[in-house]
Amino acid sequence: MGDAFKRLWQSDLAWSWRHSYIAILSTVIFVMMMVASFGAPLIAPHNPFDLATLNLLDALKPPAWNVDGQALYPLGTDSQGRDLLSAMMYGMRVSLLIGIASVALSMLVGVVLGLLAGYAGGRTDAFIMRVADVQLSFPAILIALLIDGVARAVVPREMHELIAIPVLIGAIALAGWPQYARTVRGSTMVEKNREYVQAARVIGISSPVIMFRHVLPNVMGPVLVLATVHLATAIITEATLSFLGVGVPPTEPSLGTLIRIGNDFLFSGEWWITIFPGLALVLLVLSVNLLGDWLRDALNPRLS
Amino acid sequence: MFAFIVRRLIQAVVVMLVVAMIAFYLFQFVGDPVSIMLGQDATDADRIRLTAELGLDKPVVLQFYQFILNAVQGDFGISLRQGQNVSTLLLERMPATFELSIAAAVIALVVGLPLGVYTALRRNGSMANAILAFSLLGVSLPTFLIGILLILVFSVQLGWLPSYGRGDVIKIGWWSTGLLTVDGWKHLILPAITLSLFQLTLVLRLVRSEMLEVLRADYIKFARARGLTNRAIHFGHALKNTLVPVITITGLQLGGIIAFAIVTETVFQWPGMGLLFIQAVQFVDIPVMAAYLCFIALIFVVINLIVDLLYFAVDPRLRSSVGRGGH
Amino acid sequence: MVPILELKNLSVEFPTRHGTLKALDHVSFSIAQGEVVGVVGESGAGKSLTGAAIIGLLEPPGRVSGGQILLAGRRIDQLNDDQMRLIRGREIGAVFQDPLTSLNPLYTVGQQITETILAHLPLTPKQALSRAIELLESTGIPAARERIDHYPHQFSGGMRQRVVIALALAAEPKLIVADEPTTALDVSIQAQIIELLKRLCREQGTAVMLITHDMGVIAETADRVVVMYAGRVIEVGAVKDVIHKPQHPYTIGLMGSIPSMSAHQTRLMQIDGSMPRLNAIPDGCAFNPRCERVMPICRTDRPELMVAGASQAACWLHRESKEGQP
Repeated sequence: MGDAFKRLWQSDLAWSWRHSYIAILSTVIFVMMMVASFGAPLIAPHNPFDLATLNLLDALKPPAWNVDGQALYPLGTDSQGRDLLSAMMYGMRVSLLIGIASVALSMLVGVVLGLLAGYAGGRTDAFIMRVADVQLSFPAILIALLIDGVARAVVPREMHELIAIPVLIGAIALAGWPQYARTVRGSTMVEKNREYVQAARVIGISSPVIMFRHVLPNVMGPVLVLATVHLATAIITEATLSFLGVGVPPTEPSLGTLIRIGNDFLFSGEWWITIFPGLALVLLVLSVNLLGDWLRDALNPRLS
Repeated sequence: MFAFIVRRLIQAVVVMLVVAMIAFYLFQFVGDPVSIMLGQDATDADRIRLTAELGLDKPVVLQFYQFILNAVQGDFGISLRQGQNVSTLLLERMPATFELSIAAAVIALVVGLPLGVYTALRRNGSMANAILAFSLLGVSLPTFLIGILLILVFSVQLGWLPSYGRGDVIKIGWWSTGLLTVDGWKHLILPAITLSLFQLTLVLRLVRSEMLEVLRADYIKFARARGLTNRAIHFGHALKNTLVPVITITGLQLGGIIAFAIVTETVFQWPGMGLLFIQAVQFVDIPVMAAYLCFIALIFVVINLIVDLLYFAVDPRLRSSVGRGGH
Repeated sequence: MVPILELKNLSVEFPTRHGTLKALDHVSFSIAQGEVVGVVGESGAGKSLTGAAIIGLLEPPGRVSGGQILLAGRRIDQLNDDQMRLIRGREIGAVFQDPLTSLNPLYTVGQQITETILAHLPLTPKQALSRAIELLESTGIPAARERIDHYPHQFSGGMRQRVVIALALAAEPKLIVADEPTTALDVSIQAQIIELLKRLCREQGTAVMLITHDMGVIAETADRVVVMYAGRVIEVGAVKDVIHKPQHPYTIGLMGSIPSMSAHQTRLMQIDGSMPRLNAIPDGCAFNPRCERVMPICRTDRPELMVAGASQAACWLHRESKEGQP
């Protein structure tokens, strides 16, 4: 175990990471945010969902460094007296959960379909790619909105809240699979003609085993770069849908929902309710994007 | 080439049919229209008569056919939320979305293209790096947040620009335009910038990466070896080769603008089709949802077709049917 | 007569994160006016790099770290890009390996040729066009007047390379650097292209630096040949001398490994091992680990080019002959 870690540390990728301020900085920020969000139940100063602890008299308090602020609520409170910092931590948790889950699902579907298309060729390939191409000609957010809207139309109103999060994950995932499929298919078609694949076939190893055990590791590089970019997009998409009111239900607000709620108070001067969740969102997405950029450059053989 | 066009047209029709099927399927969940129209106290005889009148007793395929006929004529029924004819509603709001989208597209291209070329040519300059950093920020900012920030700065704090609506519009025939009044322009600025920013950064990064890729090509190396000036190489050769893939992707970006108009219209309460659609989704106003879907699908299909044709016009490799010479 | 090209101890370095790699190490040879000199060696020996350094198109971070490049007696290794630009095309032309990727697919052949002509010669566009047609005709492309308006993809591989040669000669340079000009072509076409290159250069008195790994091409075409190994020149001499009486053990191995229809051979000669990587070049003579006739001095001192028979070789075996200048 320690040996494997040592090899990783000395690899080209790790060297590139160690020498890039940006990569280190964004990793640190991302990890901090992950800890803050998934550890929210343990480390958040308040529990914004526990109605018993809410004090309406504390509503609409500005951030602590402001004259009217209190140290108890470092970033201020919203109209219900909820501590903004805690709400943000819980909100970030929802945003990250949905983002990571949809990317994982999308990657699963896309990679499998891409492997299938690239390896099987012929009509399977043509069909899968045709569907992918057509779907790619529509913007992902529209597809996500469509799936979300159809789900709402089809499911009775009482069930909306229950299925909101799974539908959201599914919608974002389904909007993203074509990119993975395309990339993997291309790489698979290249690998398919390599000798190690032909050798495996001659020995008699079955196709699925060849696809997953042999070809897959070799095509994962670009997939990982795509996944980081996709994570950023997924987080933004979820935030957008929640902001529009068709995302997560208000009982489990994500950063997008918080921003929407805060938007109503923009003109009356309580800017913090919308700006701080906004900043958190930007910071999160920015760190993911920076990591994705670094990863893409690091994995690119031509630039070394 | 003819075969190509025919193939794309067939594909377009198939896509439209699939979208229509989804839309039609949606209508199945509107609830029983007969009960809605007749109320609780209708007799069975009345129900049977109305059902026959509405064609609801015919097989599903025939109903679908009727649906398509109606759709092609622009008849999508009545909005559940507002009680008005759906197509009238859509047509009313179309000019708003259209003007906003075009304004955003123009900004994205006019600013994004030159900046992309600049950052590719001046690879390690400090200005270029600053622009790149800015573009990374642009990709990380969701459109709605940009809108909110702009409103915060320019409307709330500075009070220079309005933050909702279209302002004064002038009707020319059936089209209502905000481009002929100063007030209309004032209202257009913030939403247009908001909508364009995301696309702008995408165009910038795309042009930059394409151009860098092209500059590494052998024919550029050969052009250098022939002693051509930097100007000839960059703007004569590299730029033209960059624009070919950029044109297609930018054409597809236009679709992204129309999609993100939904968000921008929501933030700025801009009375366009996007805002209508979101309200329909929130309310589960199915006729409007279905109509918007079909309309948007049509727009996308047309855009894709145009882009494909453009590709043909620009890249001689696709055009050629002239035979190859000998050795 | 002043040689059209002279390389004096040219060195090229590549700084990498593992240290600085010496890709070319004190390379010296010259090309006389109108002469065809072949530069031969394995992949990675540094032949293409030499060509790139001469026309000033080294890919960064590579850079010239020492020595001189003299064009007709004038130093050109210190010139900036603008000054080099005037030389490229007009005084030194280049032909690269892949004719398909050497031509811009979006412009017609005519547009690319006239553009080159107009960049260097004081002609009107009309004159440039007729000269372009002449050039195409001289490279053996039929119906040049029509084909001048065709796009590169409308030509076959061999035809395309003729277009590339026409482009290289368009501004009447005195030297052509041809980097593997026939490697990407069918074997049946290779001979034609080589013949064309020879003829045109002879007609215009243009010297040629022919870079290739194919000894057969060198034997057909070159007057003299330079053999490179691990970024160094290890043998220089007239073609028939180097082929029939190779002096350096590496060259001996190289010639012996070419199958011949006439000689009786039981086995092809083979040199054990492989050329060292740039970050692992041995001390002394770079070839010493693989040499059958290695001596103690070979492992410590690097040999300069010395007189060896009718040629010159960088080998201590020839130490007994007077140490002459390269």
